[in-house]
Amino acid sequence: MFDDVRDLYNQTILTRGRAPQHMHRLAAFDASAKGDNPMCGDRVEVWLKYAEDGAIAETGYLARGCEISVVSADLMVEAVQGQSPADTKALFTAFRTLVQTGECPDCTPALAPLQPLSAVHKYASRVKCATLPWLALLAALDGVNPSKPASSE
Amino acid sequence: MTDLARIRADFPILNETVRGKKLVFLDSAASAQKPRPVIDAMVHAMEHQYANIHRGLHWMSERTTDAYEAARDAAAGLLNARDRHEIIFTRNSTEAMNLMAHSFGRGMLKPGQAVVISAMEHHSNIIPWQMLRDAHGIELRVAPITDAGELDMPAFTALLADGKVGLVAITHMSNVLGTYTPAERITQIAHARGAKVMFDGSQAIVHRRIDVQAIDADFYCFTGHKLYGPTGIGVLWGRRELLDAMPPFMGGGDMISSVSYERSTWAEVPHKFEAGTPAIIEGIGLKAAIDYVQAIGYDAIAAHEAALTDHALARLSAIEGITIIGRAQDRGGVVSFTLDRAHAHDIATLLDRQGIAVRAGHHCAEPLMRRLGLDSTARASFGIYTTPDEIDALADTLTKIREFFA
Repeated sequence: MFDDVRDLYNQTILTRGRAPQHMHRLAAFDASAKGDNPMCGDRVEVWLKYAEDGAIAETGYLARGCEISVVSADLMVEAVQGQSPADTKALFTAFRTLVQTGECPDCTPALAPLQPLSAVHKYASRVKCATLPWLALLAALDGVNPSKPASSE
Repeated sequence: MTDLARIRADFPILNETVRGKKLVFLDSAASAQKPRPVIDAMVHAMEHQYANIHRGLHWMSERTTDAYEAARDAAAGLLNARDRHEIIFTRNSTEAMNLMAHSFGRGMLKPGQAVVISAMEHHSNIIPWQMLRDAHGIELRVAPITDAGELDMPAFTALLADGKVGLVAITHMSNVLGTYTPAERITQIAHARGAKVMFDGSQAIVHRRIDVQAIDADFYCFTGHKLYGPTGIGVLWGRRELLDAMPPFMGGGDMISSVSYERSTWAEVPHKFEAGTPAIIEGIGLKAAIDYVQAIGYDAIAAHEAALTDHALARLSAIEGITIIGRAQDRGGVVSFTLDRAHAHDIATLLDRQGIAVRAGHHCAEPLMRRLGLDSTARASFGIYTTPDEIDALADTLTKIREFFA
């Protein structure tokens, strides 16, 4: 019955949705931020630990939301591992283009872990689900006041 | 309802397909579809009978004024208001509640008095009172609900015990749980403690005959677009003596008696509360919607929707992993649920691919969601055109969605 949604709900998404690999709080962290989608109620919180060179050493998150926002957070953790803050922001820009348009003109190998989300662009109302954890991550990188959640609206 | 097919034929949009699938529209509580008479009345006004109202000294203005004011009579009849001047047109229920918070809240309540709402209000019946609390020193009290999703009457009564409550502003039917609140008991308890009562009837008026005199309400509001009418027009009904005593809401044209730079005086109700050119076409559409609903009759509407709701509760309850949210004894055609294996948004996306439209999210009732320990639910809501087959389609598809996420 749902053959036409297998592009969005592909095997990676379904498997990760059932058993996220990185959904946990970091006991020790350097930065954290929350993300909030006030229109739909999805919430995510992200924690970061930096390496000595300033790259992202470890990322953890907790999310209460749909399959797309949870899996996006889970894949994000892998994509940003070892990336500098600047590279992470560039990665988000490329990822956002991917989920908004399905195209990826500036694709780098770093984007590969996020490719399972490429069909999100066909579901306009779900784009903000995929970008929500990233907005929280960027807010953490920027040291934004953690009490004021980043919003995908 | 024996003539369901005839009713459905009145709603052109029900013939639409969504991605090649027949539209199954189960989101009427968010906004209902429009029958042909409403569409025709609005088009007719724009094509044949339109000018600004209440001010033109010409034929077109006079006829348009008559058509618009006929909507006031229709709304007064719908609510069984004593006096047509008690009907104030607003943009929607949200504006009606903001009008109340401003004109009744600031005009009639004194700092230190309290407003009681319930734990199952739409944001539109929370935020205006919070704004009033912060600006005017009003205490905001929240009457709790039971785990079944009904108003906790002993707790509600206790909230009024100190006599400080000036207004109870409460939903007449929850947009999330489908619960009706016991209007007559609420007004009895409130009036015994000197409080006035405003009902948010946005959902209730769609499903049930409302008699504001019988329930002894002081204010009642609803919105046109959920009652098969257009967007942009709503109604606040209030007792004449209260409306007369309240200061205006917005200032501008139409709401004045005389204007000078030193001092202006206000028009009589309802015009005191209707500043500026109103939603004329929408008012004419609302009249057509009210006429349409009343021609079908609330007995038939209520019977149809009670049968649909029973059918939906039976079918959905039988699906493994589904939890129905809200088990009130007295409830209407709004059914919220969660599914163990899938988030509400994922459910909504998969249902949408089958042409089935439901709402998913917090339904503009975040505090209620917190009370229920939920972030979101999926919600199916029914209208006069909803069929048992559509509910079967929902239930069958939900069963397959659960398998999909196995």
